[in-house]
Amino acid sequence: MTDIPASSRLAGAPRSESAVSDIRSGLSRRKSAQTRLKIYGIVAIVFALTMLGILVGSVVSTSIPAWTQTQVRLDVTVPDDETPNYRSLVNDSLVAAFPQAERDRAALRRFTGILSNGAQFWLRDELQASGAAPGSTVSIWLPVSDPFEQLYEGVISPSTPENRRPLNDQQIADFQSLQQQDRIRSVFDWGLITNADSRFPELAGLKGGLIGSAFLMLVCLCVSVPVGVGAAVYLEEFAPKNKFTDFIEINVNNLAAVPSIVFGLLGLALFLGFLGMPRSAPLVGGLVLAIMTLPTIIITTRAALKAVPPSIREAARGIGASEMQVIAQHVLPLALPGILTGVIIGLAQAIGETAPLLLIGMNAFVTSAPTSMLEASTTLPTQIYIWFDSPERGFVARTSAAICVLLIVLSVMNLFAIVLRRRFERRW
Amino acid sequence: MSTSITLLIPLLLGIGGFIVATSRARRFSDVGSGKMHSLPKYHGYLVALSIIVPAYLIIFLWLFFEQSVLRGVIVNALPDALTNGATPAQVSLLISQVQQAASGATFGNPDPAIVEVAGRLREAVVFSRWALPLVIVLVGLATAAVLVSRIAKRFRARNYSEAIMRGLLIFCATLSILATLGILLSLLFEGLQFFSRVSPIEFFFGTRWDPQIAIRPDQIGSSGAFGAIPVFMGTLTIAFTALFVAIPVGIFAAIYMAEFASPHVRGVVKPLIELLAGIPTIVYGFFAVLVISPFIREWLGSIGIAVSPTAAIVPGLVMGVMLIPFISSLSDDAITAVPQSLKDGSLGLGANRAETVTKVLLPAALPGIVGGVLLATTRAIGETMIVVMAAGLTANMTVNPLQGVTTVTVQIVALLTGDTEFDNPKTLAAFGLGLTLFLATLLLNLVAIQIVKRFREQYD
Repeated sequence: MTDIPASSRLAGAPRSESAVSDIRSGLSRRKSAQTRLKIYGIVAIVFALTMLGILVGSVVSTSIPAWTQTQVRLDVTVPDDETPNYRSLVNDSLVAAFPQAERDRAALRRFTGILSNGAQFWLRDELQASGAAPGSTVSIWLPVSDPFEQLYEGVISPSTPENRRPLNDQQIADFQSLQQQDRIRSVFDWGLITNADSRFPELAGLKGGLIGSAFLMLVCLCVSVPVGVGAAVYLEEFAPKNKFTDFIEINVNNLAAVPSIVFGLLGLALFLGFLGMPRSAPLVGGLVLAIMTLPTIIITTRAALKAVPPSIREAARGIGASEMQVIAQHVLPLALPGILTGVIIGLAQAIGETAPLLLIGMNAFVTSAPTSMLEASTTLPTQIYIWFDSPERGFVARTSAAICVLLIVLSVMNLFAIVLRRRFERRW
Repeated sequence: MSTSITLLIPLLLGIGGFIVATSRARRFSDVGSGKMHSLPKYHGYLVALSIIVPAYLIIFLWLFFEQSVLRGVIVNALPDALTNGATPAQVSLLISQVQQAASGATFGNPDPAIVEVAGRLREAVVFSRWALPLVIVLVGLATAAVLVSRIAKRFRARNYSEAIMRGLLIFCATLSILATLGILLSLLFEGLQFFSRVSPIEFFFGTRWDPQIAIRPDQIGSSGAFGAIPVFMGTLTIAFTALFVAIPVGIFAAIYMAEFASPHVRGVVKPLIELLAGIPTIVYGFFAVLVISPFIREWLGSIGIAVSPTAAIVPGLVMGVMLIPFISSLSDDAITAVPQSLKDGSLGLGANRAETVTKVLLPAALPGIVGGVLLATTRAIGETMIVVMAAGLTANMTVNPLQGVTTVTVQIVALLTGDTEFDNPKTLAAFGLGLTLFLATLLLNLVAIQIVKRFREQYD
């Protein structure tokens, strides 16, 4: 009896020693495995955040040239006739600035090339706004054309070989002589927001897109919020548990996963093809986005309704409220912050959506902001796509700047949603 | 009268009805003995609802049928000499001529008959614009008159108005079904037209995709080929490249955040990663073209690998970045949903955190993670803007991510922009592709939901 433990102890001693060393070596191996897993995790997170940083950083840095507008100062003699020819007025002022252009038509054409093609309209608006007396001379700043703007901002460098840049040496010399005369300046370009679209990058703006997007959001809001909240209230509060409501539920979840372009096909076939609504109209775009946002709003509203504790409902029922009164007077007001957060998140998704709008023609070239729901219009994201597709160099910066505007709009909406949630969130 | 004013009329009528009915009900409650069954405001709600709901129904139906009625007016007014023996296409040409003449856009010297019909059309439009508000107002006033006259102590206004509200809520819930039905029907309708011209066997098994069709028979050019296999392969190549990036990054990030990160780090990193999901896809597309494409071409070019400018790897990589938050937050949820007792048991047996993750938490969370991956796959094959901007248009039979490929969504956009006549196989092909895409995502999504559901049942 006594032998066995002794022998086992004797036999066990060296074994346990080797086991301990086994465990020791295993421990460091296991520890390094854990460190490896941690490092993988950190690398993954750093990769994701780096990509986010590069994305935002590259878009912002590319957009910088678009925020400013390079302008030339010209001394213009205000004409005294009713309908002056602004084009020749621009030419006259150029001749005043460059006396050598007076006889030389080629030189004059070279100098007019410095100015934007829209310079005459700009001049007309400036003169009409200034209200200067006829015959007097006023200094007016006119925008330069895209290649010269690139030159001023350093995107085009005079040191590159002449055949590899869009401006020849003579043009650069002309521009530099203007700079020496102190006739060039760069100002913040409000036109980016206040102008409608244009073929010329220096004059293209987002007004049409912003107003179009606002119309779309209005339609989307008016349709998807009442329908979505109504559907959610019914499903969460009234619906009996049966096959039909199960079906609606599966259906809503599926609708949330349908690719956005399919909604565009729906809009094209149903609204444009079958119902004969006008192409490119904000009404159609808004309806398509409303159908697309519907599942988001239903799902978030249901979550908000679910979060209201049963005690509230029971208390209301206990004092004799009807089912509709319980919901309208007690549950909905308490769920409102959650519902609003969901609505804002849904709209933020909708405002950045591009694909379905391409199919219903909201990428049309429209040079004026829409004034009604049925007029052809662009939206903020489709405007970005139009500019992205344009070959002119200046549109690269414009595209980035438009993306910055879109990202700012989205951040404001999301911040609003976060504040709303923080401010009114109640823990039961 | 403009449509936007017409749309406001029912609301104004409703408010008016509410005020009248409420004040009348209040007078009733003041006189005589006994209590009112319903509070005065419920009498108001009932009147307002019974004005507003039918009014909008009338407006909707009116606008729905207006176009076809007006077309009928035009066809009737056109002299028989013009319409006799005319093909439907000629008739619709005549109709659009009349419509343009009516809106004042005429070119050259229009046919006097058309000008006359245009005058008739204008009259009809004006009549329609004024008749609609008139009908709404009359119907509204009649309803209000009947209901207001019925206000009495015993009138169960609350019950009736609640029943109307309930009906409206049911209507809202069924609208979501109508949306799916609308998608399905419009895709089926146009898609089946496509499949009646191009056989499904050619579409699903053909290997040549070239949807450009010669407009005139004598034109040199392709006759159109609708074998969608290269398009499907391109879609899958890009989607798998994206998943190849997103799955490891997403899962490792989720493991780190769920098990190793301090609450402070988690609170900062998680929202930042989720920001990636909130960025519109058009921004990713621009990013792909602006930064990733030159970078990859330069980088791989420097080690001697030629990369096509529209290589699948560019949109794939960027799409992968876009999908990271989908996979990481769904995996994170799945990992944290594993019961604490399983985790404690594993740690109590001496396993360290990493072993607990790989041997206990991941196997238990696997269905949730797989569900997340499937949802990300749906996103990847349905994603449009990134591929429209960064992938190519030519369909190559390849799975090499360094070659240019095209995808289903790119083809849909390319086939449908600018041209919306639904009568040639080229535009209808887009609906064939759309139908395939819709059914594929539907299937993937149903499978994903089933997997996630089964997983939930295991521990609850």
